[in-house]
Amino acid sequence: MSSTEIERHSYDVVVIGAGGSGLRAAIEARARGKKTAIISKSLFGKAHTVMAEGGAAAAMGNVNPNDNWQVHFRDTMRGGKFLNNPRMAELHAKEAPDRVWELEAWGALFDRTKDGKISQRNFGGHEYPRLAHVGDRTGLEMIRTLQQRVVALQQADSAELGDPEAMIRVFAETTITRLVKDGTGAPRIAGAFGYFRDTGRFVLFEAPTVVLATGGIGRTFKVTSNSWEYSGDGHALALLAGADLINMEFVQFHPTGMVWPPSVRGILVTESVRGDGGVLRNSEGNRFMFDYVPDVFRAQYAETEEEADRWYTDPDHNRRPPELLPRDEVARSINSEIKAGRGSPHGGVFLDIASRRPAEEILRRLPSMYHQFIELADVDITKQPMEIGPTCHYVMGGVEVDPDTAATDVPGLFAAGEVSGGMHGSNRLGGNSLSDLLVFGKRAGEGAAEYVDSLSGPRPAASAASVDAAVAEALAPLERAEGENPYTVHGELQQTMNDLVGLIRRETEVKQALTELEKFRERAARVSVPGGRAYNPGWHVALDLRNMLLVAECVAQAALERQESRGGHTREDYPAMSAEWRKVNLVCALTGDTVSLTRKPLPAMRLDLLALFETAELKKYMTEEELAGIAPPSAPSADAVSEEGH
Amino acid sequence: MGYMAALKVWRGDAGSGALTDYKVEVNEGEVVLDVLHRLQATQAGDLALRWNCKAGKCGSCSMEINGRPRLGCMTRMSTFDPADTLTITPMRTFPVIRDLVTDVSFNYAKARSIPSFTPDPSIKPGEFRMQQEDVNRSQEFRKCIECYLCQNTCHVIRDHAENEAPFAGPRFLMRVAELEMHPCDEADRRDIAQDDFGLGYCNITKCCTEVCPEHIKITDNALIPLKERVAGHKYDPLVWLGSKISRRPAKAGTPAVPGKR
Ligand SMILES: Cc1cc2nc3c(=O)[nH]c(=O)nc-3n(C[C@H](O)[C@H](O)[C@H](O)COP(=O)(O)OP(=O)(O)OC[C@H]3O[C@@H](n4cnc5c(N)ncnc54)[C@H](O)[C@@H]3O)c2cc1C
Ligand code: SF4
Ligand code: SF4
Ligand code: FES
Repeated sequence: MSSTEIERHSYDVVVIGAGGSGLRAAIEARARGKKTAIISKSLFGKAHTVMAEGGAAAAMGNVNPNDNWQVHFRDTMRGGKFLNNPRMAELHAKEAPDRVWELEAWGALFDRTKDGKISQRNFGGHEYPRLAHVGDRTGLEMIRTLQQRVVALQQADSAELGDPEAMIRVFAETTITRLVKDGTGAPRIAGAFGYFRDTGRFVLFEAPTVVLATGGIGRTFKVTSNSWEYSGDGHALALLAGADLINMEFVQFHPTGMVWPPSVRGILVTESVRGDGGVLRNSEGNRFMFDYVPDVFRAQYAETEEEADRWYTDPDHNRRPPELLPRDEVARSINSEIKAGRGSPHGGVFLDIASRRPAEEILRRLPSMYHQFIELADVDITKQPMEIGPTCHYVMGGVEVDPDTAATDVPGLFAAGEVSGGMHGSNRLGGNSLSDLLVFGKRAGEGAAEYVDSLSGPRPAASAASVDAAVAEALAPLERAEGENPYTVHGELQQTMNDLVGLIRRETEVKQALTELEKFRERAARVSVPGGRAYNPGWHVALDLRNMLLVAECVAQAALERQESRGGHTREDYPAMSAEWRKVNLVCALTGDTVSLTRKPLPAMRLDLLALFETAELKKYMTEEELAGIAPPSAPSADAVSEEGH
Repeated sequence: MGYMAALKVWRGDAGSGALTDYKVEVNEGEVVLDVLHRLQATQAGDLALRWNCKAGKCGSCSMEINGRPRLGCMTRMSTFDPADTLTITPMRTFPVIRDLVTDVSFNYAKARSIPSFTPDPSIKPGEFRMQQEDVNRSQEFRKCIECYLCQNTCHVIRDHAENEAPFAGPRFLMRVAELEMHPCDEADRRDIAQDDFGLGYCNITKCCTEVCPEHIKITDNALIPLKERVAGHKYDPLVWLGSKISRRPAKAGTPAVPGKR
């Protein structure tokens, strides 16, 4: 095999990512008659979605019939501190129930209510029990169901066309390193270039559409709940192809990651522990969250432990426990307690369900948390409290897309799932990702199929020069005889981002991070790896560095620019939320080799959606000027009423 | 604590390979995967291994540790004597790609051979009604993280490649059982469980159950009940008239096995 030999495949739609969003997109594209490839860095069925625990948020109203899309929409906007793209939040709230029900028709087995419907659980920021779940392994159920749906489609194709892979094929353990564009005329997507991990051989997928469904960026940070796959590949591929990223300053630090032993630091402890009755305590035994309810949420949260405890059984007449505030609030509060010297022995705080629920209920509702703690930390969560602290979990920022079609500004390029931006504003509510994957995965598959149908004339073709450049770029770390170890560069980058652009940010530190990133870029350009191309993780890390550095640069630049605190962006030097800044989206793009930052107005909320909120609440977020432009809230508009119950 | 562990790690590819000695630092609370990661980051940058979640949820890091099929991320170093040498090898049943990474495509092929979920087409999404007690069984099987440790362990295929064609292995026989016990599935996979997926090869040794990191009772809850259903169906249909299985509507048929000529 010559070192630059390239295997070629031709498809209508190439989906990069086999998590919830990628699989849902591929299923949709295939359903619309498009020949579809699914590409994934790991084995089929192992994508990050498999790790999701708590559930998928959808206003089905199975447990509390008062729930509907309007309530879900309101919760989502509040959680995101009104920085969400309102159209995305609207589509998400309206379509999530249908997307969840569809999974059931494909074989998913959710936990049930007494009357045989899908059971729904409480979660932070959701007014009603809303998360469809299977114990605490909902992501596994979701990915397996979608995986088995892909298999079912392949079986149908096998029967009809004689080849299971005639219309939809999975390329597992295959990494895309570049998107390629048309050499002539308007720059359209022409395909994707990458390598097979097992052999190291290069591959070019020729296709007029690419759907990015690559997930997040957590591997850029030291303490994270994310796996090696989360090196921000899709974010970087989009930038390199000329698309924009928005909201990159907003990184979610989940309040409850494991803190001990050191080797498991960062691994997630699901929010369901709190949804099911668990409470947070400091070293003095106090439920400190009562001291941290911010003004904007004061009306919705309990003021006493008694009221909070009554809420679990009588939610209609009591307010929610403050442990269930949105994640950014809880993470910051935990951080403050630890800083004030009231932390647990290993630098976290206590999460206690043992004293609050009977052992058998804990075992039934939280089996994998029980398993995780007993096996990894020697802690029996039915008897002892857990020690937890914030961990980098999710990126709200991502590729800017059209809400209805998931299209980016680059013709032929689409994005869905965690890699896309806008839906969650400055902070994502728990459970809103799994539903996001389904809603916008489907829309991306639809958007890509429609784009393929709209094409006339010859298909875009990858320019030879861009393919040659991709080959050279991929081979570089192997060809350098001497250079630094890529694992070392990665480890230090993670530490830097954790220390300087983490949960709490300061101007001086973020500036320092930007200086450090410059040095990391120089080091990354000089790394060298031993061994050959066949399944060589050292080589893989070396190639991922480019992506992590681009993403880190976007996060740091945007974090420096935004002089306020909101959701997943907390500036110690600008602790307040600013109504002026709410109107602004920060946009990252690539000019030559450098990341540039521009401001863009946040898309406005339609009047009928604004009417879902009381003026008093909007006042907490919006400028006088904006409020003056809004008619006094009247009854929900005809549109909103007629769509109720969809 | 912190000590230097002696490791023998299998390095090589489909052509050849050998156990290679390493000394690696071990810290408090670590699992085997942590130690392999340290080895990778400091001494053997190209050491091939799979992992994702590091929390026993994805089933990627299957390997054999001192000859026992295990998840690297759920095996604590504290379960070994620091003085002993730890031997780490790839899963034996599957062909090696490189180092600890094996070719598990056999499993994906078997997954594709099992006729999929077949609900009553008249039930619309959103209209499914199932009781918790009726889904408990299949839910247990759906906890499977597809680590393939059971497939790796089952003696029917562990040293008998010739049985790979007629035998689907515990994980996929369990998938058949899962669909059979799904309250809304209408297909009848009993004949093909025996004829195409080799249920008869299983002699209920329970080795698969013993290695399952999800503690699924594969043999007792999936394989034996499936055998009973098949036996009843094949040889004594009357026995089954009043039992659970006969709740299936009479129109249910045996689907064709996909891809079978
Ligand atoms: C521990 C944990 C628990 C969570 N719990 C919940 C929960 O309860 N509810 C909820 O709503 N959300 C939860 N989340 C968040 C949610 O799981 C993720 O946001 C979501 O699964 C992301 O899905 P995705 O489809 O965008 O991407 P993923 O599922 O991450 O898939 C990304 C895919 O892209 C592929 N890929 C990436 N880069 C490349 C490349 N260069 N080339 C080829 N392929 C590539 C990967 O291999 C993978 O297949 C949780 C997250 C974590 C980490
Ligand atoms: S019980 Fe059956 S399937 Fe399991 S290991 Fe023994 S023979 Fe194999
Ligand atoms: S049944 Fe258990 S051992 Fe077998 S693949 Fe599933 S999780 Fe692994
Ligand atoms: S890394 Fe996921 S199971 Fe071990």
